[in-house]
Amino acid sequence: MEENMKDIILEYVIEEYCDEEDDEVTFDTPLISGGLVDSFSMVSLKRFLENKYKISIPDADASPEAFDSVNKIETLVKRFL
Amino acid sequence: MSNIGSYEKRLENFDWSIAENELNYKKGDNINIGWYCSDRICDLGKANKPALIWEGLGGKEKQYTFNDVRLRSNTIASFLKDLGIQTGDRVCLFMDKIPELYIGFLGILKLGAVAQPLFSAFGDESLHVRLDNAETTAIITQRKHVSKVRKILDKMPYMKHIILVDYDGSKPLREREIAFNMDEAEQVENFEIAPTKAESHSVLHYTSGTTGQPKGVKHVHYSLISQYLTTKWVLDLQEDDIYWCTADPGWVTGTSYGIIGPWSLGITQCVLDTGFSAESWYRFIEKRKITMWYSAPTAIRSLMKAGEDLIKQFDLSTLRHLASVGEPLNAEAVIWSEKVFGKPFLDTYWQTETGSMMLTNFPDMKIKPGSMGKPFPGITATILDTKTFEPINEIGKPGLIGFKPGWPAMMRTYWNNEETYNKKFENGWYLPGDRAYIDNEGYYWFIGRDDDVINTGGHLVSPFEVESALLEHEAVAESAVVAKPDDVNMEVVKAFVTLKPGYVADEDMELKIMNFIRKKLSPLAMPQEIEYRDSLPKTRSGKIMRRVLHAEEWGEEIGDISTLEDD
Repeated sequence: MEENMKDIILEYVIEEYCDEEDDEVTFDTPLISGGLVDSFSMVSLKRFLENKYKISIPDADASPEAFDSVNKIETLVKRFL
Repeated sequence: MSNIGSYEKRLENFDWSIAENELNYKKGDNINIGWYCSDRICDLGKANKPALIWEGLGGKEKQYTFNDVRLRSNTIASFLKDLGIQTGDRVCLFMDKIPELYIGFLGILKLGAVAQPLFSAFGDESLHVRLDNAETTAIITQRKHVSKVRKILDKMPYMKHIILVDYDGSKPLREREIAFNMDEAEQVENFEIAPTKAESHSVLHYTSGTTGQPKGVKHVHYSLISQYLTTKWVLDLQEDDIYWCTADPGWVTGTSYGIIGPWSLGITQCVLDTGFSAESWYRFIEKRKITMWYSAPTAIRSLMKAGEDLIKQFDLSTLRHLASVGEPLNAEAVIWSEKVFGKPFLDTYWQTETGSMMLTNFPDMKIKPGSMGKPFPGITATILDTKTFEPINEIGKPGLIGFKPGWPAMMRTYWNNEETYNKKFENGWYLPGDRAYIDNEGYYWFIGRDDDVINTGGHLVSPFEVESALLEHEAVAESAVVAKPDDVNMEVVKAFVTLKPGYVADEDMELKIMNFIRKKLSPLAMPQEIEYRDSLPKTRSGKIMRRVLHAEEWGEEIGDISTLEDD
């Protein structure tokens, strides 16, 4: 289940935010501080997580730090499951 | 002592010749921004002074002296010349904040070509509209962005060269692509700099309006005069300063005050090319010993959200002067910065079309938190009646901001759009499109935009452009786009849509539409919220009444709706 969630999030990030020339993205790749996902795009990533896992992430918890890698996102999502 | 000294004294007998004399420029001389920002600084004995200290992802660091900048900009200019790029050709810079962007900008100008910087987060459609309008001859870009260029290449017969600055040979180059490595290329010691004059075209920045496509704002080499002096007097840059302008040169702040201003003064500047995080920003200031910091309200409000405890973990004592631009700086942010950094962020007001600062707070001047400050010396500003366009003499009465044309960095026209340019003037005043009032001490206070343009995080987004793109989504039947209030970004994009029969108005569809716009236009233009409606408010002639939705969103009076069609 845990692996699955991380895989799903990683797959979504690669599909939506990366292109063919980007370096390989892993569970630890910095997404926000690494410039792959900007603060505006974070909104659509948050929306994806909320839709997919039927949760609501309060804006106060949706910080750039909490979204900065797939591993961190998984931790965040699990708090609200 | 600040560079400007007494603001009041500077107002007496002010003349832009102050800057001309300091730059040793006389009317009729050649004037080339590329030369002024590199060769001249070397001639002044600062060849070995650091010009650019750059940090990128994964801890990568690079440093360039003014002589390095001179040589590399020569080399880029020479490379472009060998490709056949000529005076007046538009050359697009489509890159992250990497050194090639900053130095390439000067190289293009040295050649006499026109630098057309575009924000690297633009999607392929946003990119195409702007390249098409300018009929751009060449684009300098990176591997990570080239796929967007390839996607639209067939529609751009005028585009002759796609220059990749980080080509690694792992995949073959495609049609019209060529590799250029700025650091490894043989450096050109002497390049014959184009004999550009004051009115020679230098930079083409794109900005969004309420209607129509984005407009190309034409600037000339003489803009240097006011960019130099405003940098000196407002940003107060002094010989030993370490300067950090957080703006991206894809937008005007990043060129006027992220390249031209500091380098024409021979100042060392730092660039952090990573995504935003409060911690990484504070660490950068501490590590680089930043003394002057020019940022934006959205970033400042994000830092406020991150809290004061974080600040205490860093030594930020080198900071001596702070300024802000892009959107109105709220009073709370000014008060907060004074509390946590020991000095306030000074708000500066200007826009792509003005090219340099117009209304601003100055060092050593009494700061009224939330105010835009006062006109820069040499700028004649006023508040105009919204109907007669006559100056309002009454203190505190709101109206339109107006500027008397004629300052050096003012745009010369909109590219291929003289008609829209002419509409920016009324009764002899240039109208930037904002409303404000003046208080009893001559300070200007921002009220709001006078049109529907959305200012999100300091970037202007055209509702028309987003509405048009929404209609290209297979499920969308009608669209209307307005600004929505936002604590951090001041405004964000909100879309109202009706769907075509057979499509389900649910959360998954909302996400699909959001991502569609993000990729097509840019993350800035992506609606942060989409509201489904059965129908949109329209006039009897069928025009969607955006202002009704805007008023709903802001809790304002809807106003005259006599033309609204009946349900």
